[in-house]
Amino acid sequence: MERKSASGKPQVSLLYDRKVRSIAIQTLLCVVILFLVYAAATNAVDNLARAKIASGFGFWNNIAGFDISQTLIEYSSSASTYGQAFWVGLWNTLLVGAIGIVGATVIGFIVGIARLSRNLLVRRAASGYVEIVRNIPLLLQLLFWYNAVLKALPEMSNSLVVVGAYLNNRGLFLPKPAFGDGIGQVLIALAVGIAAAIAWRWFANRRQAATGKRPPVLLVTLVLVFGPAILAFMIMNVQVHFDLPQSGRFNIRGGLEVLPEFAALTFGLVIYTAAFIAEAVRAGISSVSRGQTEAALALGLRPRFILRLVVVPQAMRVIIPPLTNQYLNLVKNSTLAVAIGYPDLVQVFTGTVLNLTGQAVEVVAITMAVYLTISLTTSLLMNWYNARIALVER
Amino acid sequence: MKRAVTTFVLAAMVGLGAAVGASVASAQTLNTVKTRGILNCGSNGTLAGFGLPDAQGNWTGLDADFCRALAAAIFDDPNKVKFVPLTAKDRFTALQSGDVDVLSRNTTWTASRDSSLGLNFGAVTYYDGQGFMVRKALKLNSALELNDAAICVQQGTTTELNLADYFRANKMKLKTVTFASANEALRAYDTGRCDAYTTDASALYAERMRLAKSDDHIVLPEIISKEPLGPAVRQGDDQWFDIVRWTHYAMLTAEELSITKANVDEQLKSTFPDVKRLLGTEGNYGEQFGLTKDWAYRIIKHVGNYAEVFEKNVGQGSPMKIDRGANALWTTKGGLQYAPPIR
Ligand SMILES: N[C@@H](CCC(=O)N[C@@H](CS)C(=O)NCC(=O)O)C(=O)O
Repeated sequence: MERKSASGKPQVSLLYDRKVRSIAIQTLLCVVILFLVYAAATNAVDNLARAKIASGFGFWNNIAGFDISQTLIEYSSSASTYGQAFWVGLWNTLLVGAIGIVGATVIGFIVGIARLSRNLLVRRAASGYVEIVRNIPLLLQLLFWYNAVLKALPEMSNSLVVVGAYLNNRGLFLPKPAFGDGIGQVLIALAVGIAAAIAWRWFANRRQAATGKRPPVLLVTLVLVFGPAILAFMIMNVQVHFDLPQSGRFNIRGGLEVLPEFAALTFGLVIYTAAFIAEAVRAGISSVSRGQTEAALALGLRPRFILRLVVVPQAMRVIIPPLTNQYLNLVKNSTLAVAIGYPDLVQVFTGTVLNLTGQAVEVVAITMAVYLTISLTTSLLMNWYNARIALVER
Repeated sequence: MKRAVTTFVLAAMVGLGAAVGASVASAQTLNTVKTRGILNCGSNGTLAGFGLPDAQGNWTGLDADFCRALAAAIFDDPNKVKFVPLTAKDRFTALQSGDVDVLSRNTTWTASRDSSLGLNFGAVTYYDGQGFMVRKALKLNSALELNDAAICVQQGTTTELNLADYFRANKMKLKTVTFASANEALRAYDTGRCDAYTTDASALYAERMRLAKSDDHIVLPEIISKEPLGPAVRQGDDQWFDIVRWTHYAMLTAEELSITKANVDEQLKSTFPDVKRLLGTEGNYGEQFGLTKDWAYRIIKHVGNYAEVFEKNVGQGSPMKIDRGANALWTTKGGLQYAPPIR
């Protein structure tokens, strides 16, 4: 006889309850995994101690003692710690990652669209680029760019000088602007301006949806973004002073320095990743059925607007997932920096710091955690964006 | 790419070895090597005079010959060595993880490597010091004129640290450009990315020969550091440590007693007590190390004494023509090479 509970569901033993069972199994699994991790960790500590290899994170606060060519934050070989060296490396990685992603996206979209151009020459040039770049190992490309850049640039003594900027095989040295008091207010004004511009866009979209007429956007945006900032700049009377690069006996000192290693790495990554992004873009656009374009034409939209308003938004759904992959690849590929002497996280931390401290387990674990975090954050952002632009099915 | 991958693989091996409990610092290195039938020797791979495979793939150099001597003592066969090329930055991880039995790769003996890295340095096979190479056209006479210079250096080396120290101590400014391999560092120097290239003085002479126009470059007189180079092993295996250190001492003792590759068979008949103890015709010193009585005979017969190895690889018999200098025997020339007595 089957007893019925109050809710009317058949009453089964807890052992057979699906929900209870799955919770129990999952808890068990978690405990087992946690135990394995714990056992592995303690075992590692024991074995390292037996091998007389230092372990733990005490090294983090020891003085590093080595120099780094590009430091976005305060760092000196004599006073900074391994921990600070880690941050220097991380910032360098993030810098290449950020600039690389922006550059690769812009070039990738242009090339991807060019591959579908009606102009034969443009189409051929774009597909030639994609085929060549995709089929040569990235490491070779980086070495090529690095050595090509270095060979092509003039020696120190024959530096190219243009309005206070120097270019030679030691890098590009630009006058570095330094701002006096009041720059804070200018930045605030800029932020307010940007917010206002976004609000105006939103308003314009609503207005267009309601009335069919679109208020001017580009001009208003420009005025809103820069107007307040320029006004604040003049009212606060901000002093601008330029730190000019100075030619020394061996090198250029001062100014804003762009190292050849940085340039080659970023350029190489942009060129390489853009080829893959171009393919994703082409696939995305091709996936939008011709009927959409024809319908838009029939409505009297101009070709420029068809691409922007009809095709690209639909193509984005297809483009975003592979695009995310390419962003992740770019960041991971930036670790090839070691080959051309750019001090990214892997070069500084998994290279020099690991070697000096000998603490492979800790250093590699930290590095992996960092890349995992960067990758997960990137995917998270992209997934959020993807969800936002996904077509709402009705 | 390959380099980045090796770092991770090696590190993972240390991690796994450490985590799973495979005892990486086994006290049984000699037995492991014997059962394996071959010695795994971590060496340089790109440094003439120390560790460099020739066109036929035969490794040459002081460090390579040291491993041959070790193999000769163990197997009576100097060819039972598998050479593993290692970059400066991967070398310690390779040793810690058990990938190689001994690290014979122009490696400087320092306090931290001896302690927190879990290594032991068997002996000093070459006393070196760090120097600078610059273009002649710069017309420099001293490293002290390098204020503000860009300097190419290989990472994971004592060189990297000495460089920062030297410039700081002399209140000079420095732009270091760091590379993972000597090849890349040297190429960057050659293309003009740096004003100077710095490393151990011995290596400077070897690397200079690889430059496009080697005559356009000079080595500055300053030696800014002490670089005692020698073979390293893992801590925790005293027997293996002793074997490595006494392999070097056997070669020194042979030089001291004028026993060479050529005359060692004849010397077996010697009645001179020091010679008899070295060659094993009296006493059983080799057996106490876990080797055979004739361990030193094997080393000399197959590889030669220290002077022979030195002259062939870096001395007068080589293109580098480095003087014995500090590496001369203490007993005859007042140098630093000195072997404790075999008795
Ligand atoms: N003796 C120093 C430096 C050793 C070192 O690695 N020197 C470099 C510069 S010559 C080298 O041998 N590089 C060759 C390579 O990695 O291929 C140390 O032990 O840290």
